[in-house]
Amino acid sequence: MQRRADNRAWFAVAPVVVVVAFTAIVPLMTVVNYSVQDIFDVDTRLFIGFDFYRETLRDPRFAQALLRQLAFSALVLAIEIPLGIWIARALVRNQGKSATGFLILLSVPLLVPWNVVGTIWQIYARPDIGLLGAAVTALGIPYNYASNVLSAWVTLLAMDVWHWTSLVALLSFAGLSAISPAYYQAATLDGANAWQTFRHVELPHLKAVLTIAVLLRLMDSLMIYTEPFVLTGGGPGNSTTFLSQYLTTMAVGQFDLGPAAAFSVLYFLMILLLCWLFYTSVMRGGDDG
Amino acid sequence: MGWMAWTGPTAAFFAAIAVGLAIMTASELRWPTTVRKGFLPIPTTRGDRFFVALLTSAWVHIGWLAATEAPVIIASGLSILLGVLILLKA
Repeated sequence: MQRRADNRAWFAVAPVVVVVAFTAIVPLMTVVNYSVQDIFDVDTRLFIGFDFYRETLRDPRFAQALLRQLAFSALVLAIEIPLGIWIARALVRNQGKSATGFLILLSVPLLVPWNVVGTIWQIYARPDIGLLGAAVTALGIPYNYASNVLSAWVTLLAMDVWHWTSLVALLSFAGLSAISPAYYQAATLDGANAWQTFRHVELPHLKAVLTIAVLLRLMDSLMIYTEPFVLTGGGPGNSTTFLSQYLTTMAVGQFDLGPAAAFSVLYFLMILLLCWLFYTSVMRGGDDG
Repeated sequence: MGWMAWTGPTAAFFAAIAVGLAIMTASELRWPTTVRKGFLPIPTTRGDRFFVALLTSAWVHIGWLAATEAPVIIASGLSILLGVLILLKA
């Protein structure tokens, strides 16, 4: 006789469902409600259907901010993931010597609040008094993140890499530490070189942690707000105005709640789609690793 | 609930999603899902296909609104057709 599944454990999940409902689902539903109405005040609203969606999708500033956002996320991932893995591999090779100290040092940027990170780099990269800015300027390289687009982007990327590579490194370190030495011995016996060992032994074992690392960094970089707001204020011009800054300008600066809500829904769906595509493409080969 | 600024169409939209979820739950209890491979490049459960159908529907509407001034009801019809196709054949 087939045994009936006991689903009582789902009751244990109920508190989380309630918390998520109150902190995420109900607010999201409210945003959807706002997005189809022109809000004049708390009691005066006009239903206008999808007009704000159409307006946002055809807004060139939205398209520009979206392109900047995608470029920023792609660059951040392209730097932080390989760099994090490289640092983790170096730490694993030196385990027992200086690895513990480096792990503690690596954790420090993760403990710094976003606005403080922005302030640190705002001062650090100033071409007149900042250590980095003054050093780069002394080398004869034209550098000013407040007036030069390239400088602003390089500084933002450096700041994000400084802040978040540690997360990738720590996750990768945990993944690499869990690999049995037998795999390395087998690889050595087979005559595998360093790249082959990485590609066929380490990388498959890192799949789960790297999926989490990429997902976290992808979602977080797509939502970046505080650091560029403090460092560059979205400038020079609009060159570092990402989606969240543009959204905040609409919602808080101009108090255009309807358009901002439509923007938010589009923003949410974009992040949801990108994360789902990434997750399913990575997990398609099975859940080994 | 006044602060949530409900409208008839959005209430109907969320009610439809809630009914969909209830049906999915009831189906799961009555006929537990099996992973299968359809026209999507990934093996999916019934819940996966429901999620993909909803996401596809959202993006069909977004594409429609971005590309044309034609009535959105056409995009909704297209979404329903695609949703049924995904649920049955994906």
